[in-house]
Amino acid sequence: MSQELIKIASAGSRKETLPEFTIGDTVKVHCRIIEGDKERVQMFTGTVIGRRGEGVSETFTVRRIVNNEGVERTFPLHSPKVADVEVVRRGKNRRAKLYFLRDRVGKSTRLKELRGPTKAEREAAEKSAAAKEAAAEAEAQQQADEPVGEPEPAEA
Amino acid sequence: MTQVYDEAGVLHPVTVVRAGPCTILQVKTVETDGYNAVQIGFEDVKAHRATKPRIGHAAKAGTKAKKFIREIRVDELPEDAVVGASVSVDVFEGVPYVDVIGTTKGKGYAGVMKRHHFGGMPESHGTERKHRTPGSIGGHATNRGTGPKPKKGKRMSGHMGDVKATTRNHKLVGIDKEHNLLLIQGAVPGANGGYVMVRTSKTAKVKA
Repeated sequence: MSQELIKIASAGSRKETLPEFTIGDTVKVHCRIIEGDKERVQMFTGTVIGRRGEGVSETFTVRRIVNNEGVERTFPLHSPKVADVEVVRRGKNRRAKLYFLRDRVGKSTRLKELRGPTKAEREAAEKSAAAKEAAAEAEAQQQADEPVGEPEPAEA
Repeated sequence: MTQVYDEAGVLHPVTVVRAGPCTILQVKTVETDGYNAVQIGFEDVKAHRATKPRIGHAAKAGTKAKKFIREIRVDELPEDAVVGASVSVDVFEGVPYVDVIGTTKGKGYAGVMKRHHFGGMPESHGTERKHRTPGSIGGHATNRGTGPKPKKGKRMSGHMGDVKATTRNHKLVGIDKEHNLLLIQGAVPGANGGYVMVRTSKTAKVKA
């Protein structure tokens, strides 16, 4: 019961659509910054090295190197101050937390790039392919149902 | 607990409390009881689990027996305090701060380090078998004078928790009228799913 209440209470604070990205991706985080009554968007570009928490409390950590110094920033995923997360480059990795990157310097901090369609794109493609197939099948069925034209009577 | 964002995008840690609908079970007046008070009940109990006096008492207000009943003393009775009337979270509209009264989580029989934050004894340097002991509990020249007993109120090990506690000056972050929820900033006494009393804060100074 209490979990249900928590869900109801935090529903208003959640984003309806979440940016799609995974651990290892190089991302541009669009941060809303309010200075006085002016609002502007600042970018923070780096590699996503982890996600933690669930629901409205979920956060993700982005790591980048500034002036030869590693900088990590943790953003709340649902915060209205995180306007968007844009994937610049997808990274190949098999881990949930990329803390090993903290011990690396220079070229070795890069992850292999993952090419090809993303999971979402793959699913969408599969869906459209399935729909196409279904449509083709239906058409074939329709054609089969139609009575085959009677052989035209040969003219005497 | 959970978290919610306000309009400015600031994150607040909140406890979600379902407050109502409560039913007014009895109105006490100076004439009949010697003081003014309103008794409210929250959440129904199944009839076969309630005693007949409780069922009868609730029946006077036209409802089922209630699980959690509390009396609120007032100097002057409000006009809408009628037996059988419903009280919902609406009464908290515009209230900036609240106090929460509940029963803390029981910790069982606890030692002095956990119960009273005593420092204990060193872990090494020759200490043997008395790392978490309270040390001396009094001697010849305690305030009691000479005698065989320690001073009254001496803090010792014993049952911890499961006592009434009040936490004060919680910011009231939000009200959900549809689901009768209060979003109260910070942690409140008691376990998840426990029962608490929420009142307008008696001490919080409101900044204009």
